[in-house]
This record gives sequence, C-alpha cells and structure tokens, in this order.
Amino acid sequence: MAVGAIDDGIVGRGNRDGAQLFRVWFDELTQAAESDRGGAYVFVMGSMSELLRAFDLPIVFPEINSLQTAVRRVAHEYLDEAEDYGYSPDICGYVKADVATQLRGGALPMGRIPKPALAVYTNACNTYIKWAEIWERMYDVPTFALDVPGTRAAGAQTWPGDPDFENDRRYVAAQIRELIAVCEQVSGVKFDIDRLRENMGHANTMSRCWKRVLELNQTRPSLFNALTDGTIYLGVSNGLRGSEAGARYFSDLVEEMEYKSERGIGTLTDELYRLLFVGVPCYPIFRRFSELFTEWGGTFVNSTYLWFASGGSNLGFQYDLDDPLESLAEGVLISVRDAMDAMFFQTDILVEMIDAFHADGVVYHPIKSCRTVSTGLADNRRALMAGRDVASLFIESDMMDRRVVSEAQLKNRVDAFFEGLAARRGQAAAPAP
Amino acid sequence: MAYAAGVDVGSTQTKAVIVGEARQIVSRALVETGANVIRAAEKAFEEALHAGDLREEEVEYVVGTGYGRYKVTFGNTQITEISCHGRGAVHMFPGTRTVVDMGGQDTKAIRVSYTGEIVDFCMNDKCAAGTGRFLGAASSALGIPIDGLGPTALRGERPVKISTTCTVFAESEVLSWLGKGKKIEDILLGVHQSIAARSAGLLRRVGIEEEVTFTGGVARNMAMVDTLNDRLGLKVNVSEESHFMGALGAALFALDHILASRAPAKSGEHAS
Repeated sequence: MAVGAIDDGIVGRGNRDGAQLFRVWFDELTQAAESDRGGAYVFVMGSMSELLRAFDLPIVFPEINSLQTAVRRVAHEYLDEAEDYGYSPDICGYVKADVATQLRGGALPMGRIPKPALAVYTNACNTYIKWAEIWERMYDVPTFALDVPGTRAAGAQTWPGDPDFENDRRYVAAQIRELIAVCEQVSGVKFDIDRLRENMGHANTMSRCWKRVLELNQTRPSLFNALTDGTIYLGVSNGLRGSEAGARYFSDLVEEMEYKSERGIGTLTDELYRLLFVGVPCYPIFRRFSELFTEWGGTFVNSTYLWFASGGSNLGFQYDLDDPLESLAEGVLISVRDAMDAMFFQTDILVEMIDAFHADGVVYHPIKSCRTVSTGLADNRRALMAGRDVASLFIESDMMDRRVVSEAQLKNRVDAFFEGLAARRGQAAAPAP
Repeated sequence: MAYAAGVDVGSTQTKAVIVGEARQIVSRALVETGANVIRAAEKAFEEALHAGDLREEEVEYVVGTGYGRYKVTFGNTQITEISCHGRGAVHMFPGTRTVVDMGGQDTKAIRVSYTGEIVDFCMNDKCAAGTGRFLGAASSALGIPIDGLGPTALRGERPVKISTTCTVFAESEVLSWLGKGKKIEDILLGVHQSIAARSAGLLRRVGIEEEVTFTGGVARNMAMVDTLNDRLGLKVNVSEESHFMGALGAALFALDHILASRAPAKSGEHAS
C-alpha cells in the first residue's frame, strides 16, 4: 500500500463482503435443494436474473459452481467422474464439472444446489445450448434459448433508433414475453411488472457502479487486481444481479475504490508493470497464477473477462423503468452483444484499454476447455501487435483441468515476458544513439 | 581481467560457458543433467573452470539459466533461457532477428532486436513433439544412436509421412513404417521433416524475419539443419557453439552486470 496502514473497514471490504454474500447465496441454494425447490439455471452472458427473481426462482450459475471446484482444488474429482461417465476429455471443463455435480445430487464444496426447474440461456456461447440439453435429458425440464442477434463485424453495431436495432429489439422483446409465460408456468407465480421494475432498478445501480469501478482502476497505482479481486466482484455482479444486496454491495465497492483512489492505496507495494488480461483465468492454480505476475511487480488493471463475463454490465447500461419490457430487451441486446464483441472483436477494445489504463503489456491466455473464448486469440494478438507497439504474452492452460496446467512452463514464459518488458523499458529510457 | 559465467541447466544436459572481458569464450563444459540437478550445475561449472585453467574466485558473476536455473545455487541471478538464447544468437550472428532453439524437451521460436532483446517468443506447449525428445524416440525405436540419426536421414530419398504429433506415439509409428518395409533412412528423413514442420509453425507464429539462427543441441544434427532450411526456404545460421548458446547468453548477461557495476554512477542513477 502506498500510504501507512489505513484500516477503517473500507479497504478490502469488497473482498470480504463478496465472500460473505457468496456464503449466504449458497446457503439459500442449499436450503432450496433440501426443500426440493427447483432452480433457474442461467449463464453469465445474459442471465435474465432481473426477470427470474420476479418469480422467486433460486438462481443457479453452473459456470460459477464449476470454477469454484477448481479454485477449491477439487475440480479434477468432478472432471474424472464426468469422464468416467462417458464425457470426452476435450469437452468444456465447466460442463463436465456440472455433469458430475448433477450425478452427485447437486453436491459442491460450497453447499448443495437445487435441481433445475428451468434453464435459460443465450446464444452468446455455443456450449450453453448443448449444456442445457443435458439438463433437459436428465430432468425433463423446459429450456429456453434467448436468441440475441450479435454483430458480424467490429464497429458495425446498430443503436436504438436505427431500424435494424429496433427490429432486433422487437425480436428479443417477443422472446422475453414468451419467457415470462414459461416462468409463470414453472414457478406458479404470476408475473408482476412492478417486481421486475424493482429488480431492474437494482441492476441499474449495479451496472452503473461496475462501470465506475472499472474506470477507477485507471488510477496509478491500480486499486484492484483485475484477475484476483476482479473475479470476486464479477461473482457478485452475476450471482446477485438485480437484487437489493447486489446493489448495496456495488455502491459500497465504488465507495471503497474512490477511497483508495483518493489516498493512493494500490494492490502492490511497488507496481512496476500494468497489464491487461485476455481470456479466462487459470482457476486450478488461481493464486499462484496471479503470483507469477505480481512477483515481478506486474498487476492486471483490466481484462476482457471483466467485460464479457459480467454479461455486458460493464457498459453501465441503464434500464428505462417506465418501459420495463422494451427496455429489458434493449439492455439484453446491447449487453449480450457487447459480451460477444469482447470475445470476438477485442482488438479495438484492447487498444482503447491500453491507452486508458496506461498498460505496459497484454497477456493472452487461451484455454483448452473453451473454443468460444480461445479460438482466434493468436490472430487477435497478431492484429494487436501489428497495430500497436505493445509487449504481449501468449500462454496456454485451462480454467478447470489441472492436467493441462504446467506451472513450470507457465513460469518460464512469464519470466521471459517480464525480462522483455524490463529490457523494453531500459531501451526506452536510454538516450537515442 | 574479469570473467563471467553462464550455466544452462537443461532437461537432458547442463552446459557452462565462461567469457572474458572482450566477450570471448574462454572455456565451456557439458555434462548430463541426470537426477541431481544441483550437482550437474556444479559439475559443469567446475569443468569449465578447469578447462579455462581458472579458479572459482576469478569468476565475478554467474547467471543461471534453463529449466534448472534456480538450482544453480552458486549463481548470482537467474535469467530465462529464452532471453539467453536470444542474446547468445545475436552475439554469434549480429544479423539475427529470429532464433529457433531446439532442445531436449522444448522448441522455442524467438524474435529478437538488434541488441538481442526479446521482441516475441513462443514455445511448444505441454508436448515434446517437434523437440529433441522426438528424435530420441526415433533413436530408441530404430536402435540408432542419436549422433547417427542425422547422417542416416541425409541418405533418405523417399521420406515417409510421420502423421503423429505425439512423441510417445511416434515410436510406434516408426515401428509401423518398418513393418511396412520402408528404409530406415526414409523413415528418419520423415521424422526430421516432421520436426522441421512443427518448428516452422512456431516460427511463423512469432513472424520469421531474417537472419534466422538455429540454436540448441539439435542444431548439431545436419539433417535437421537441412530439413529446416528446406521448410523455411532460407539458410539458417548455425554456430559451432549452438549447443552452448543459452549458457553463452547467460555468461554475456553476467559480464554486462560486471561491467555495469564498474561504470561510475551518473547523477540520478542508482545501482541495482
């Protein structure tokens, strides 16, 4: 920390409260499982939590459950179980950990999750579709695919008022109306637009605050590590989206970050290099993976993960509470589209980030498990380097499967990357020949 | 006279190089790494001292490199072999802008600046295909010593197509070609071409800019040099010191440190 010890409960509050909210969330899920209530299974890119909360459906994020098994170093047990059951080693680790969770009756290290009563997903990830089909077959429950029109080319998005956008909005709004009917049927709760409005108000607070938190990390030294701290914030952003507790958490988080910013309180004693991260973290050695960088004085100031895995709430999109359904459609359209853009058209975004966050380097981390996120990263990196003189590192591992995580190999590459960064800095400081 | 040393602890062999103030190589040594990595580093350094007729205290600074760099317990600091190979290659061939280093268990493609600093690099991941170990598997399957692989392959005329990318499966694929009656030299030429193809792929990922310098133990294999030249459509630089390039780079970094510590500090500078 840049200034003497300040501990009035604000610094570190986001991490502490985030962990506490997770415990409460999983306690509630465990209670739902034990009382045999079905949950709404959703995904981070377009969770529709604002709507689903209006039907009192416990919300389950299988992606978050799976990554938690890796962080808690038991993912291999789940992966082995799913592979013994017949799933290929090449299939997404999140899917397999979830399959094993289902085979274990919902048992996870953090608690027990209810069986699905309904699955809601978008087309932001192709695996979502096949994943939901597994629950459909296992439990004979309805699944609802929300088809969100994406973008076919970077920079070609349309916006409200444009005829194409308005067509897309109507298309999404019609699907939301269909989803409401399904939710009423599954939950037995009648749709109440005022409850939706209230949840959307909380989501507005969360999105507005998340955008602000991300912006505040442009401060030197950086206020939070996008890889480690950021993942905690991201978990709350998803798990509690549209809830009062989530809104309060993010309001507090802004307060914490502004407090740290005003006092120059950073994440590292000596921040030497500011980095951007592209891809999904290496959860099987989550802490160590981060240390490989922090040991060199490197900290992650932002990541594409904090964009696409927040379901696009990084944009700070604000729903119009006077017109909830149409506005929900607009928000889903813009946010999910942005999440997809963060994966597929990231180069322009990264160039902006490099400038805004004063980044010294970009770390690309493709993972074996996820083609959606990883395919094309080598090309993206090449495009970035062609357009911008910036140091970059390309390291491969996985977000779940420790069999393809080699710490020694990762360290070698990370060390060489920092040696290069140091040399680059030395050259820049040297007088011109 | 100041001396500096680099000790490169690789997966199969450990190399030590001692250089003098004029950046000339004074001596070198090579030992098998074996199971005792610390001892291998010590032994290589001792042998290099002996070869140079030097005493340990005459070597002012030692840099450890290679996978076992942290096991060079007598070393002053550690630098990755990626940086060291780049530095060594540019020292031997100043026009070098791309380095391909083929070692026992990994192959690296490194793009360097005119000073030898790393611009970009990539390596084979979690798999020994396209590395020296791939040749080791062929050597074992065919019962030909490693040193005999290159000369045998150079006699090949109709190379077989090695389709596997797995070093473990390579051995069985080699045996299956033998079973089909293919000549050993044609099989070996196919093995070399397979490795060259994978290495060229790595090089393309970092971008091939001439001159290309080939380093690492496998660079001593002339069939590998030939197949790599064919694949890349250019002539790679190969030095007599290829095998020692990592240790040489480490020794040069060590010498930098010695010389920098002697230079008078400028106003505003602080020693590191």
